[in-house]
Amino acid sequence: MKFRCPICGLDVEVPDDVISGEIVEHECGAVLEVIQYDGGITLKPLEGVQEDWGE
Amino acid sequence: MVIKVAVAYDILRWEEKALINAVRAAGAEALLLHTEVTTVNLSSEDSGLSADVVLQRCTSHTLAVESTVVLEGLGLRVINSLKTVSIAVDKVWTASVLKANKIPTPVTAVAFSPDAAFRVAEELGYPVVVKPVNGSWGRMICLARDREELRAIIEHRRYLPGINSKVYIIQEYVRKPGRDLRVFVVGDEVPVAIYRISQHWITNTARGGRAVKAEVDSELEDLALRTAKAVGGEVLGIDVLEDPERGYLINEVNAMAEFKNTVRSTGCDLHVKIAKYAISLAKR
Repeated sequence: MKFRCPICGLDVEVPDDVISGEIVEHECGAVLEVIQYDGGITLKPLEGVQEDWGE
Repeated sequence: MVIKVAVAYDILRWEEKALINAVRAAGAEALLLHTEVTTVNLSSEDSGLSADVVLQRCTSHTLAVESTVVLEGLGLRVINSLKTVSIAVDKVWTASVLKANKIPTPVTAVAFSPDAAFRVAEELGYPVVVKPVNGSWGRMICLARDREELRAIIEHRRYLPGINSKVYIIQEYVRKPGRDLRVFVVGDEVPVAIYRISQHWITNTARGGRAVKAEVDSELEDLALRTAKAVGGEVLGIDVLEDPERGYLINEVNAMAEFKNTVRSTGCDLHVKIAKYAISLAKR
């Protein structure tokens, strides 16, 4: 499946069996998170480590 | 009827993907609760959410606690429970519960002001370790070798916003042998442990610590299970220090533990064990 990169605007290849939350890296250098909701799929830049992240 | 295991997560790490695949491989249905898209109407008669058991796997401690509040409020069985997650993400609470249950830990004191933090550090004796109330992966853990270093740490903390700036956890510095242990509990078993070896005193693998399989002796197994019982935990990653005189000391408890380095270095398929444990609960 192809979606538009929110950073550079070019196509990003996403596997057909993608799971919501999966990370894909685009050739432009963007690290993107796949968000799968009822209406479809969107890509958003992955946030950096947050202050409350951990185990 | 097919057993349904939900996985609540915000970031899909190797661990979450492995758990989802393991649930499916065991013949159960995996329901994905990605916090990015999941909403719950607390006023609705039917939330639309149903599962036999939920694995709590959020990376954000805030989302882990709050999503468990919601899920348990809907009557769902969550691993780990709200009590366990809440204790584990709060280092003061963890230390208090472990003490109440006579679990050996490093000497730990809590102060609620900079002046009190200085006083308690003097009582413990330098060097001391200064920890935040909420933190992980070794983040914001500092070593103060003398009063001047403690002053610098406290002064920086004092002007940071948030709860971590108001409470000071001052702990003795344990002279561990270049490593510590990460011990895993799944149900009533201790299936695997690793040494985290590092030249640095902070040994988290997230910071470059090297994972090597460790043997679980009966003392370590007993201590890990007692710790799990104390915090009500079912699937835990427990950090253990080895003190040259006192032996094993429980340092921290992790309720949403990462384990890819453990799987890779030991060959123990923790994700399969956790998935099967969750499914076994649904069958009871």
